[in-house]
Formats: sequence, C-alpha cells, structure tokens
Amino acid sequence: MTLSLEHVRKVVAGDTHIHDLCLSVEPGSFNVLLGLTLAGKTTVMRLMAGLDEPTSGRVVMHGRDVTGVPVRKRNVAMVYQQFVNYPSMTVFDNIASPLKIARMSKQEIRERVQREAERLHIEHLLKRMPQELSGGQQQRTAMARALVRDAELLLMDEPLVNLDYKLREELRDEMRDIFRQREAVVVYATTDPMEALSLGGNTAVLDQGRLVQYGATPDVYRQPASVAVTQVFSDPPMNILTGRIEDGQLHVAGADPVAVPDHFQDLRPGAYRIGIRPAHLHVSSPAGNSISIAGEIDVAEVAGSETFVHIHVGDAHCVAQEPGVHDFRMGASVNVHVASRQLFAFGDDDQLIAAPAPAPALKRAAA
Amino acid sequence: MQKPVYQRAWFMVLPVVLIVSFSAIIPLMTVVNYAFQDIFGPDSRYFVGTEWFTQILGDPDLREALGRQLLFSSAVLAIEIPLGVGVALCMPRKGFWVSACLVLLALPLLVPWNVVGTMWQIFARPDIGLAGVALNSIGFDYNYTGDTLDAWMTVLVMDVWHWTSLSVLLCYAGLQAIPDAFYQAARIDGASRWAIFRFIELPKLQGVLMIAVLLRFMDSFKIYAEPFVLTGGGPGDSTTFLSQKLATMAVGQFDLGPAAAFSLIYFLIILLFSYVFYTVINNLGKGVS
Amino acid sequence: MAQINLEQLAHSYSAKPAHADDYALRRMDHTWEDGGAYALLGPSGCGKTTLLNIISGLVRPSEGRVCFDGEDVTDLPPEHRNIAQVFQFPVIYDTMTVRQNLAFPLRNRRVSKSRTADRVEDIAKMLDLDDVLDVKAINLGADAKQKISMGRGLVRDDVAAVLFDEPLTVIDPHLKWQLRRKLKEIHEKLKLTLVYVTHDQTEALTFADKVVVLYDGRVVQLGTPQDLFERPEHTFVGYFIGSPGMNFLDCRLDGNRAVVDEQAIELPPQVTSKVTDNKARLQIGIRPEFLSFAAEEQTGVPAKIESVSDLGNYRIVTAIIGHDRRVLVKVDEDAVLPTDNARLLFPAEWTKLYADDQLVG
Repeated sequence: MTLSLEHVRKVVAGDTHIHDLCLSVEPGSFNVLLGLTLAGKTTVMRLMAGLDEPTSGRVVMHGRDVTGVPVRKRNVAMVYQQFVNYPSMTVFDNIASPLKIARMSKQEIRERVQREAERLHIEHLLKRMPQELSGGQQQRTAMARALVRDAELLLMDEPLVNLDYKLREELRDEMRDIFRQREAVVVYATTDPMEALSLGGNTAVLDQGRLVQYGATPDVYRQPASVAVTQVFSDPPMNILTGRIEDGQLHVAGADPVAVPDHFQDLRPGAYRIGIRPAHLHVSSPAGNSISIAGEIDVAEVAGSETFVHIHVGDAHCVAQEPGVHDFRMGASVNVHVASRQLFAFGDDDQLIAAPAPAPALKRAAA
Repeated sequence: MQKPVYQRAWFMVLPVVLIVSFSAIIPLMTVVNYAFQDIFGPDSRYFVGTEWFTQILGDPDLREALGRQLLFSSAVLAIEIPLGVGVALCMPRKGFWVSACLVLLALPLLVPWNVVGTMWQIFARPDIGLAGVALNSIGFDYNYTGDTLDAWMTVLVMDVWHWTSLSVLLCYAGLQAIPDAFYQAARIDGASRWAIFRFIELPKLQGVLMIAVLLRFMDSFKIYAEPFVLTGGGPGDSTTFLSQKLATMAVGQFDLGPAAAFSLIYFLIILLFSYVFYTVINNLGKGVS
Repeated sequence: MAQINLEQLAHSYSAKPAHADDYALRRMDHTWEDGGAYALLGPSGCGKTTLLNIISGLVRPSEGRVCFDGEDVTDLPPEHRNIAQVFQFPVIYDTMTVRQNLAFPLRNRRVSKSRTADRVEDIAKMLDLDDVLDVKAINLGADAKQKISMGRGLVRDDVAAVLFDEPLTVIDPHLKWQLRRKLKEIHEKLKLTLVYVTHDQTEALTFADKVVVLYDGRVVQLGTPQDLFERPEHTFVGYFIGSPGMNFLDCRLDGNRAVVDEQAIELPPQVTSKVTDNKARLQIGIRPEFLSFAAEEQTGVPAKIESVSDLGNYRIVTAIIGHDRRVLVKVDEDAVLPTDNARLLFPAEWTKLYADDQLVG
C-alpha cells in the first residue's frame, strides 16, 4: 500500500503551515519525519491520517484518492506523545478495543492481544489499570493497541519524548524488531537526529513546513541536500563557516589558505558556505591535510567520554567534539583542526554542492 | 482544527433541528410578527411599524422596572462573584471534606425555583418565619411585605443563597486546575497571601470568572419565579422586575403588541451586555495597553 | 553562598516505615561544597525530586537534618532558606511584564526601587532578556519563560543555592544547548551552589562538577563525570551513564582471569585478590567505547558480528561471544571491520569486576 501526498498545502487562518509537499512512502517501510518543533510534522501526520483535510492537493492510498475520506474509514493507527489509554479499562481491554469494534471472535481477540503484549513485553500487566503502570508501560500499552489492528498506516508522533532517557533508548532498540516484518507503512515523527539514525529506514526532513529532503537515512545524513538539513539532522548542528575558492586554494574563515581538497576539485572559484561536522572538528591535530581554524573558547562541556568545545570564530559560532575529558578555560584562544577531506560545500542558495566521499570501509561492513 | 465532513451526520441532526424550530425559532418569529403588527384575531392584523416600540420606550413604568432590574443584577454580581471566589478559596482541596462540601454547596442549586421562593416566603415571615421572628426579636423592625428596603434585602439574600454555589463550584474547579509549582514558586519568591491571590489565582481564574459573570448576569436579568412567589412584586411595585412586568403585560393585560416589542428589546439588552462582559474579560488577559 | 550538609537524612512518606521499601530516600550523609554545581541523576521514581524538595524546604524529611553553612535549616520554610527553585515547566506571573516578574522577589522583600531596578537590569543582561524587558511575560516562548524563572531566583542577593527540577523538559531540543551554556556561564560568573535534578545523563554530565547518581532511594555514586564514566562503582551507574551503557557479562573467577563461557579475560591481580565472598554474583563490565577489534597479530576473545548500526559519526556493532552473549562495540565511522575470525580486545585497565553489583578493587 503506497501512500502519496501530492502537492499538499495546508493553510490555517492565513498562515501556510505546509508548502507544496510531495511525498511517497512504500509499504513495509519505516519512515522518520525529522524536524524541529513547529516544522509541521504533526500537521503532515494528521493529513496522512485523515484527521485534517489539505487546503489543496491530494492524498492517495492504494492508488485511490482518499483526500476527503474521514479517518475512520482509512485503516490508520496512531500513537501520541501523551500516553493515551482508556483510564477505566484494563490493559487487556485497552489493547483489545479496536478488535472489539471490528467484531472479532473472542478467541481471536485473546490470541492477538496476547501476541502483541508479548512482543512489547507487557504480557504480565494485562490485568492492571493504566494508572497503575509506569510511563514506559503505559506507552507500550498504547503502542500495542495501535499495532494489534494491523493497520495499513501506523503513525507515531514523538511517542518516546515523555519517557526517561534510558527507557527511550531501550524502547527504540525494541522498535526496530517490532517493525521488522510488517506490511504497514510506518511514519515516525521526531526532533532527535539520533533517533532517526538508530531507527534507520528512510528519513524525510521537514523545515518550516517544507520537505527539504527524503531518502534512506544514512544517505540523507551523509549527503544533506541543503544547509537547512544539516541544522536539523545533527545534534549539535553542523558548523557553517564562510569560505572562498580562489587561485586553486581554499580559504576558510579564521584559517590559512590550503590546497583545494579532492572532492572540491570540480568547484568553480567563488564564495561558498563550508560545513564541518562537530565530530570532525578537533583540538588535537589530525594527520593528513587539515585546516587549522583560530578561535576563542566560549564554554566547554563534558559529556561522558567527550568534551564539546564551543568557540567563536569572528561572528560565527562553532562546536568541536573532542574525545576524552579535558579542561578548557573560557576565553582562551585555541586552534581547532579539521581534515580537509571531511568538508562540505554549500552554495549561496544553501544547496549542497560537494560532500565528503563515503569511507571505503563502510561499503564492506554494511550489515 | 478542521474536522472532516460527515454526510450522514446531517440526518442525525435533523430531528433536533425540527424540534428546535418548532419550539424556539418559529415562536420567536411569531413574537417578531406581533411586535410590528396590531393583531386582534387571525383575520384582523394591521402593520403598525414601530408604534409599539415607541410606546413602550416611553412607558415610565417600564423604565422604572428596567432601572430596578439593572440595580438588582449589579447587586447580584457584586455580591455573588467575590463571595464565590472567597468561599472557593476557603474550601479544602483534598480529603473527605471535599466531597462533603461539594454536596452541601450543590443542595441550594437543586431546589426548584418557585420552591425557593416559597421557602423564603415562609422563612422570612415576621410572624411564623424563623428569620423573620429572629430579626424582629433582636430589635430590627422587619417586614418584607410592608417595607421596600426589607423586601429588596430579602430578595437579594434569597438569590445569594440560591446561586452563590454556582460561582463557588466554578471557581473551585478553576483553582484545582492551578499546578502546585506556582504556589511553591510564589512561596520561594516570598509572596504574601494577597500577592498569591492577585498574581496567580485571579489571572488563572479569568476564564472561569467570565463564565460565572455571564451566567449570573443572564439569569438574574431574567429572574421571575423567585421574587414573584416571595413578594409578588410588592410592596407596590418595588420589587417588580422586567420579566414580571412583561408577563403582566402579555398575559395579564393581553397587550400582545407592546409585550412582543418589549420581549425583543429585552432579548437585545441581554445580548448586548453579555457581549460587553465577554469582550472586556477576554481583553483583560490579553494585555491591552 | 552555602555549603549544604545532609546528616543522617532519610525520608518516608508513610507514618511508620517498617522496612527499606517504605523509604523514598534511604539514609545518607553528604556534604556539598559551596559554589559547586551538582547534578542529581537517576530514573523516574528514584527519589531525586524528593531530595531536591527536602533541600529547598518544600518537604520536611522524616529523619535527619539539613544544614546550610553549618546552621540547621531543617525546620525553616523555603522562603527563609535563601534558595531559589526552577521547576519543570516555566512558572511566571501572567499579568506581569518580564521586568515586573524579575522584580517581584525583591519587591516582596522590600528592597529599594533603585536597587531593584539595577539588579533587574543586571540579571536581564546576563540572561539575554534585556530586549524583552517590557514585554508581557506570557507572550514569550518556553525558553524565555524558563530564563525568567531562573532570573527570579538569581535576582536576589541573598540566594545561596539555586535548585533546578528538570528545567529543560519543555524546551525545544535544539535550544537546550543554549540554555545549558547559559547556566554554565552563570555558574562561572556568580559562583553559586547549583543543584540540578535530571534523568538525562547528557544534561547531568555537561552541567555538573559532581554528579550524584540515585537509584531506588539510595545514592549509588557521587563523583565527577569522568569518574562515573571511567570507574562506575555500581552496575547501575555503568548501565545508566553512557550511550549505550556498559556491557555486563556474568562470569566466574579462575585465578587472575574472569571466565565467560570458557573464554578467559585477563584482569589486574590487585582486583581479583579483593574478591572475598565466594557466593557473590560476579560480572565483568566494559564500556562499548573501550572494546575494539583485534588486528592480525593480537590475540583476543573470538566474536561473531551480528549486526552493525550506522549512527552517523560512529557505529555500534553487536557482537556475540561465548555462548550467545551479546556485547556492543562502539567503532569509528571509518573503521574497517573484520568480516570473519573477528576477535575482541578487552583492555585490562577498562575491564571492571563487579560482585553483587558493587565494583571490586
């Protein structure tokens, strides 16, 4: 069942929330809607579900135009951020509720509920009431209820955001297995790039109501189509500095000119916006051709086994990710280094012009 | 949020539409009809334009009744809303007494309106009524059938007894919705009880207060059964409010024309005041500078 | 400024606690230095908010004392304790402008108008709120509102400690960095004692000098972020800190080596000699960051690669060793992975031994 949004626009009280969106998702695929808050993720999901109607454009399921069809007729299941369960029914009844409406036999209901509960590790809680459960358990109940229907379209709107950090990690790992063998189209909205990367599948990046990129998650990550994508799909966001190619040399703000790296060879001379991932920006000097940028430290934050160093280079603000725990003084001058083969180049229109070549090792080890 | 269109839903609504048409809209149109015509019987009807309207607008009795009504509604709002907020603030938030208080408060609201009038009529009687006898024995010369001020006081107290619970319950629900963190932060900021009320509770009760003011205004402006049963509009016509005047005109004197015109004006006054209240209270919170 | 002492502190919500499970906070003795930034880290229900409320005075502990700079404040209410608290969602006074909000605590304490105005200007500048001072607070975004909540705490001169209860919960993820940075700047500038409750390890580790890890009402470790990462004293700390957490493998001891399903892993002798209880449950713990795949010449534990997860800057490899024991290994995005005959290296200095969940050695 292919779901397509064709030139969908949504205008609410004069404000355009969604601009001319075209998106097509395949059955059995896991799709992440990635974007900042208010980028339009929830609006897009509501349009897919049939809870809202687009101002213009079509929603097509199975080749059929379902734009005006109400959500009850569309075979959609949805999971929300707030754990939405019927408070007066037990966990078993909660999960069984869509099946009862579909008038399945008691025997079949029991089997399917049991199966779904086992898959989500809540089979020992079937007789409890939702308010007796922890947040994670309540959300699992809500997910079981959505999954038990075997709906064609499963929408999840930031379902893990209200859970503890560790719980979120655990549920995320489980979700990969839960969705592995389904025929349904799954659409999962989130603001967290790490979630997108660990869930895999395809990612659609939304920025202020526009779809800026859609593709396999690793591809979108490695080849961001525009600066907007880099700011959304990276935490901390990619560093963007001004740069120029002139006389066969690359000048990056705050650094001495260096030879133009291989993957920039086809670029014409002119002004560019140079992108550097924080993980590639180091205080210690890497081997090979590298660019050294001078800046001043704003603040350094330690996170586990890494230190994030925030520096400013002129007016621009950069973040460097340094392995190991270090003590950096605020206000100190520092040089940060990046291997020139890891640079991204974006044009004046913020579109991607050159990205680092993928590491050869990646091709061999793909699982 | 736009909801999708359900064609079948129109059929479900049809019976309601029909009933409301017959019981409300068509009679309303009939009133409009009567307001602009002089109708004696089904065959004799004369279009008189705005004659009824000019007649009633010039009627001194009606103007006095309007004045009394406005005074009454203002007094009701001025007493019941602050009192409601005050009682709600004193009510317990947790534990057994919450249910007990809520039940006690709901009791006056459950009594049928003319029974309320009858209760107070007996209660306030200077010869056998508990309050009447008590007041007179203390030294007050109290007689609500003879003295205008006593009658007004009695009607007001009766209304306060009857309806304050509504404000209390609404405000209580509003207060319960305020998260604890606000009170905790206020304690840490060193705010006095008055400051907490003024800067946290009152702003957050805005929505609820608007509902309370609107409901109480509309109901008090239309009040009929309770004062009619209690005082009959007396002594004289000192407690004759608008609805009673209207009823007398229409049913007693059978002046349907002026009564119909008056009904329309009555309706428009309530609409106007409600709109004003609604707009004012809504804008208070929006920081109109 | 305040040094905070917790003496024999414990708290139970029931009137007559019978055994350990009735306690929300089990007995603890701690001293938190003046001017330090502390994070209280733990999962939901571990007691961290209870502990924070005991320090602020909103909850009175059922046992023990709280002292500020040596003075017993256990019976003092929050308004007399010179603390400020920032809550999970922004608490602002709806009818007031930003300026009035910030001035409110000072007005209540009858500080002079000129002094109030000066303080408000200073704090607003520090929090980047100076251009919205005369805007009605209710019209601003969640992050500005949280800054106002913080500002109300900082504007008082007599504030000794500022307590935060998961303050970034409602903030947009991409704005959290900025607020964290602001907190750090404030800490450097004002040198106040800061206590920060969170369940998010990134927030705790980036914010604090010292982290207090709470589990089930107990403090399981108090240490610097580096300590918690490199030397977790309890298996819970190993599991909770780090993304993904530590790998744990049940094992038995054979001399100086831990044996996991017939695979032997060397441990430092000073560690193995300290194992006293023979019936304790023994586990080795090692973080995915410290495991690596052996090159041709090195020996290591044979492993089979089950799957590889691409997480952008790094990859997580799920490997099987022994009989079906899963371990996670963190590798660079550029690293070359062996296709067969993979072997894992367990560096002795990073391989920790746990007996009944406690670190040995």
